[in-house]
Amino acid sequence: MAEYEGVMIFGEVREGKLAAVTTELLGCGRNLADALGQELYCLLVGNDMTSLAGEAIAYGADRVYVVDTPPMKDYDTDLYLSVSEKVARQVMPRIVLFGQTAIGRDLGPCLAFRLGTAISTDCVELAIEPGSKLLLQTKPVYGDNARATFTCESYPQMATVRARVMSSPERDGSREGQIINVEASLDPPAVRTKVIKRVVEESTGIKLEDANVVVCGGRGIGSAEGFKKLEKLAEILKGAVGASRPPCDNGWVPNNLLVGLTGKIIAPDLYIAVALSGSSQHMTGCSGARNIVAINKDPEANIFKGATLGVVGDWEELLPVLTNKIEELMAGRKRDR
Amino acid sequence: MTAVRMIVCCKQVPDPEAPPESFRIDPERNRIVLTPGVSAVIDPYAERALEAALRVKDAQGGKITVLSLGTNLLPDVVRKPLSMGADELILLDDEAFAGGDSWSTAYALSMAIKKIGDYDLIFCGRQASDWDAGQVGPGIAEMLGLPLVTTARKITAGNGKATVDKITDDGYEVVEVSLPALITVSNEVGEPRYPTIKGIMGARKKEPVIWKPDDIGAESSRIGAAGCRTKMVKLFQPVHEGKCEIIEGNSPDEAIANLVTKLREARIV
Repeated sequence: MAEYEGVMIFGEVREGKLAAVTTELLGCGRNLADALGQELYCLLVGNDMTSLAGEAIAYGADRVYVVDTPPMKDYDTDLYLSVSEKVARQVMPRIVLFGQTAIGRDLGPCLAFRLGTAISTDCVELAIEPGSKLLLQTKPVYGDNARATFTCESYPQMATVRARVMSSPERDGSREGQIINVEASLDPPAVRTKVIKRVVEESTGIKLEDANVVVCGGRGIGSAEGFKKLEKLAEILKGAVGASRPPCDNGWVPNNLLVGLTGKIIAPDLYIAVALSGSSQHMTGCSGARNIVAINKDPEANIFKGATLGVVGDWEELLPVLTNKIEELMAGRKRDR
Repeated sequence: MTAVRMIVCCKQVPDPEAPPESFRIDPERNRIVLTPGVSAVIDPYAERALEAALRVKDAQGGKITVLSLGTNLLPDVVRKPLSMGADELILLDDEAFAGGDSWSTAYALSMAIKKIGDYDLIFCGRQASDWDAGQVGPGIAEMLGLPLVTTARKITAGNGKATVDKITDDGYEVVEVSLPALITVSNEVGEPRYPTIKGIMGARKKEPVIWKPDDIGAESSRIGAAGCRTKMVKLFQPVHEGKCEIIEGNSPDEAIANLVTKLREARIV
């Protein structure tokens, strides 16, 4: 299969810039391309993103394929699938990578099945096997209770990659690369879905993904009112509130606060886990935190296995005390300044 | 309003809520070994897919056929969707389906769906809690040429289309899709209903239909291990170093004071 060459990453745009997961993919794709002695390509689909092709080159791409047209402004499975299929058949990359995002987990598997190849989703490690030159695709399975490494002998070899596990390379504005514009030939009957509304659920204050401190509540918090108490502590620490699955499923907090396998994967300096058991699915979302402090009444709770510091006790008694102490500490610091 | 014909794919999995220490690996055979006492359940994501279908049925009537593919399916486990309100259960239970991956599973399910023939909506979980791949839904959609909406949390159907609230990275979208379509359901749909006594009694009267590979016209080279397009080269358990320091105290106040002192000393706050 010598005709399949190069590593292609699917780029995503957030607020007019390359998404963090995209620069991470460029870093990881660059390493794989170098290991193969081949080129790194970036595919950008959207509208009005002329300057971003240059950015992709600055972060490591050798060639950027750009599909820039008004109908591609927002993601639609059928539209994006038809253009990425077209580009993949034309370019014939050996490897195609997506971020494990709403788009990646939708488009990645569809493209793989359409091209007659396989994909591994949510990979946390990718490498080239020295002998066979196959892509080794490692992903968590069984709710992160185990990890599995897969290979695929049909091409392109495909994977979606978890956010925040690969590091973004340094931006190098002097890098040179080629920008190739691709015409999207749209077949109107191919579009069978229509987005009639897009809602961005703004969380007040600092975004969960960007916060240095996250106060996260679990099933034990018991209600939306309970989460108000977590919010107070988060506010004092200039952090954000997160939640494990039960509070989201029960509607105590919006879905976008979910930390875990099916939600956000974050890596704050301090993660305060309150009244949550610490299932493997949840730990997936927070195990990148530098320090985890756990408050739980069950000394056997799994969260204590992943935590740095723990207090065993009833959160309703402990949290107000913690909030007051931290508030005093912060107020004291303000006075000293 | 016409009744909606629905198919829900439900997988039998080891209980994902089982404590992490009950998952062990047999490195020789690259297989998960479960400690005794871990029960089999319907995959929680699939249960939520069924819940979404039941809500459509509650709202405008319809028929729900549940499809379960596997080997050694346990009657008490796979019948649960019937007791929750599904109308019909088809089991694809055969040794030939063993050892499959997303490709061979999506192929077998799509052949079974072709045999069922009449449907408006197919529901799958957004992923299954064992391999967490999230590919079988998109795979079936591709194989059957159906439009796809992933990670849904609310679905209404009628007039030849479905309206779906789809979870995105920063909120949600309301998507209209023409029928027939395939929808993968996310956990945000909420807790699935409990079977009622009436449901359990009713389920006992329903015999599952069992289809073998020949019944669905499946090529033997495309199902189970033979149909895999991926190869698992390694299965392992990452080592978690557990070194949590439990902060003691004679009262909640003292414990928290000690905790805050630790946090300050370590310059964490």
